[in-house]
Amino acid sequence: MAKIKFTLNGKEINITIDPTARLLDILRDQYGLVGVKEGCGEGECGACAVLINEVIINSCIVPMGTINNKSIVTIEGFSETKRYEVIRKAFEDEGAVQCGFCTPGMIIASESLLNNNPHPTEEEIRIGLSGNLCRCTGYNMIVKAVKTASKRGEGLW
Amino acid sequence: MSNISKAIEKVDSEEKMAGKAKYINDISYNDMLFAMTLRASESKAKIIKITYPKIPKGYTIVDYNDIPGKNFVKIIYEDMPIFAKKEINYYGEPILLVVGEDKAIISDIINNIHVTYKVQTPSYELKNSVIYYEFEKGKAKEIFKNAKKIIHFDYSTGYQEHVYIEPQGLIGLYEPDKITIIGSMQCPYYIKNAVMQALNSGEKGVRVKQATTGGAFGGKEEFPSLIACQIAVAVLKIKKPIKLIYDREEDMEFTTKRHPSNIKLQAAIGINNEIQAIKAYVALDSGAYIGLSGVVLQRAMIASSGVYTIDNIEVAGDVYETNTVPNGAFRGFGAPQMMFAIEMFINHIASELKLDPFTLRNKYLAKQGDITSTGGKFRDVIIMDEMIKKVMKMSDYKKKYLKYSKKDNYKGIGMSWFLHGCGFTGSGEQKHIKALVKLRKEKNNFVTILVASVDMGQGIQTTLRKIVANILQIPVKKVIYNNPDTDLVPDSGPTVASRTIMIVGGLVAQAAKLLKEQWIDGKEITIAKRYKQPKHIKWDEENLRGDAYPAYSWGVNVVEVVVNPITYQVELIGIWEVYDVGKAIDERIVLGQAEGGVLQGISYGMLEVMKNVNGRIQQKNITDYIIPTSCDSVNIETVFIDNPYLLGPYGAKGAGELTLIGGAPAVALAIENAINRRVTKIPVTPEYIMELIDYGEN
Repeated sequence: MAKIKFTLNGKEINITIDPTARLLDILRDQYGLVGVKEGCGEGECGACAVLINEVIINSCIVPMGTINNKSIVTIEGFSETKRYEVIRKAFEDEGAVQCGFCTPGMIIASESLLNNNPHPTEEEIRIGLSGNLCRCTGYNMIVKAVKTASKRGEGLW
Repeated sequence: MSNISKAIEKVDSEEKMAGKAKYINDISYNDMLFAMTLRASESKAKIIKITYPKIPKGYTIVDYNDIPGKNFVKIIYEDMPIFAKKEINYYGEPILLVVGEDKAIISDIINNIHVTYKVQTPSYELKNSVIYYEFEKGKAKEIFKNAKKIIHFDYSTGYQEHVYIEPQGLIGLYEPDKITIIGSMQCPYYIKNAVMQALNSGEKGVRVKQATTGGAFGGKEEFPSLIACQIAVAVLKIKKPIKLIYDREEDMEFTTKRHPSNIKLQAAIGINNEIQAIKAYVALDSGAYIGLSGVVLQRAMIASSGVYTIDNIEVAGDVYETNTVPNGAFRGFGAPQMMFAIEMFINHIASELKLDPFTLRNKYLAKQGDITSTGGKFRDVIIMDEMIKKVMKMSDYKKKYLKYSKKDNYKGIGMSWFLHGCGFTGSGEQKHIKALVKLRKEKNNFVTILVASVDMGQGIQTTLRKIVANILQIPVKKVIYNNPDTDLVPDSGPTVASRTIMIVGGLVAQAAKLLKEQWIDGKEITIAKRYKQPKHIKWDEENLRGDAYPAYSWGVNVVEVVVNPITYQVELIGIWEVYDVGKAIDERIVLGQAEGGVLQGISYGMLEVMKNVNGRIQQKNITDYIIPTSCDSVNIETVFIDNPYLLGPYGAKGAGELTLIGGAPAVALAIENAINRRVTKIPVTPEYIMELIDYGEN
């Protein structure tokens, strides 16, 4: 067991925990943050993506021991922000949501990309989303949504 | 809301985006236990003995002894057991569940159960036929007997895995006189009927509720019935809530996939280079149990002349059992295999005869009034001419095709023409499903849609509501649709076969029209509507003759590729698609079906490799089994041309499956054009391209 301190969606957390526990399980089981989905459990699909210090990471391959002093933001936290509102509306308008299982991860990927590069080219968007698998849409409506969000969110990122 | 096609806000997007939608793994109950499956480690064997470790208190073994009813999963045939009793027929066949509170302890128990087998000789070859069908149109047999010239090619297609991003999962709940199953599913009533048979209970003893479903593509059609029976039996024994969620590896290795196929096509050619007759033979690998394979075979066989009218056709097909994981429903249901083969074949006939493929295809393209492969009739207007012209203009097909055919620049363009029969094959709707829908106008003037059709991402939460709202001229927000619960909704049939909008939506529209006539403010009114087959549609199930489908949707795809001359990797350059789905109920939703479907079809044709070696699936996770990422996708230009179908709601026909079917032949033809070699199997991998370039025929 290890003592770990981190912030989760803006709140400071101090816990004693098995340092090898998966961040994904702790988020879902201990904090009820079930917007973080498990699609593959091996870091391939991106459904469990969260922001760690503002950068997208697949939480299924993050051991708790590595998040000491870090900031974790899940879809539940991010959905309280203005940036989310812009991305949400763009996803809606471009029809980027079908079954929805990959969607929270896709939104986290969009935020991670736009935070780093507010005006990405189409190619940069495709690369930015390439760690998140979607089986329903064929991706283009999601790519367009990120483009639209980037335009509408001028000044937010 | 005058134009039904104009996109509206998708009803369920917001909760999905915010992570608030509850998928099955997001739902928990007090006292909930978990279950894991012990699977066979042999492909063909008899179980001699099972030795258990010491089972801790609170942990339970659930096996065939606990089944009060029949130990078969009710699908079509009674051949697949819920838990293996003595016989093992495939590697990974479920033997028992271990149920308890802590997943690590369950896993430990599973690892320490020892099964002693008497190993038998498994069969992986297509030798043991369990279903055989044949039919003939015209005088094909006679023509082949006397044919002067026969062109013959063999085609084959591989597995395809659904890779819905949400793996399979269910929860079972206990009440003294009722077992409830909640989960990720397409067909609540399939599950209800299967569980009733397993528990030997009446209608009231089983309740099935759909949870928000994270993609399905056919993979959650019949498979969930198996795990629902297992969980129901466990819940009955233990009397506590039990959750069973597959992890990705278990899901990939042991759930159904698209049937691999071998297809032999022959054409009898007359003296004027005309196609006198076609002979088709399809072999499907069903895996260890038949499941839906017979119906899949029928759809494949019926599609054997593609979009072409050939006066004389002879078709036969077998379903073969092998000691491998059972195959099942997958978007397209047999048609993608056959449509790949026939589209390649018509082009290969043209190249054998040194004819322009476009001219040959055009000559046989089906027209309204033509007789279908099963002797039915294409009753409705066919607008393929217009669609083909449109897609060729959009993609600059002709110019590129000529240029790439002459030049050795590893660029290629391919065009597929295809159709898809909407709804169940043959008399399925009338004889077996008998769909019933209800609309209930509440006292507050809200209207509730009562159907068993599920939203698995394809958007019926929005489109069904839209149909009702538009007919009743009320806001969409006043129309209620909840995830189906068999205690509350009638059996409107499974969510499969591109039937939801055309059949169920059609009934909902009829009910809405009746409700409009009877509308009284403040009063509760329920309208029920049951499916009736149009009188002119006749089907002979024995002999596969007549109208196999009430209506057809049509499509044209063009795919442009460049093949890397060193690695032979294929890169997509562009995708163009034109569809006739009658009328799009919501353009943006149908566009989502089109873009997602075509990419799934193209990757079936060039990217998705799954192999079975000695009965064992080799690709067990998303690292090994490659599906496209955003970087593999390219811009897609999509057009829908309205061609309303009289009996569909607002003229709508099926759309979900159609959009997958043309992808594989279009990309295979594009690769053929790029490398100037004949492609006869999919997926067209770089290894296969290398083989073709070194040894293939042009």
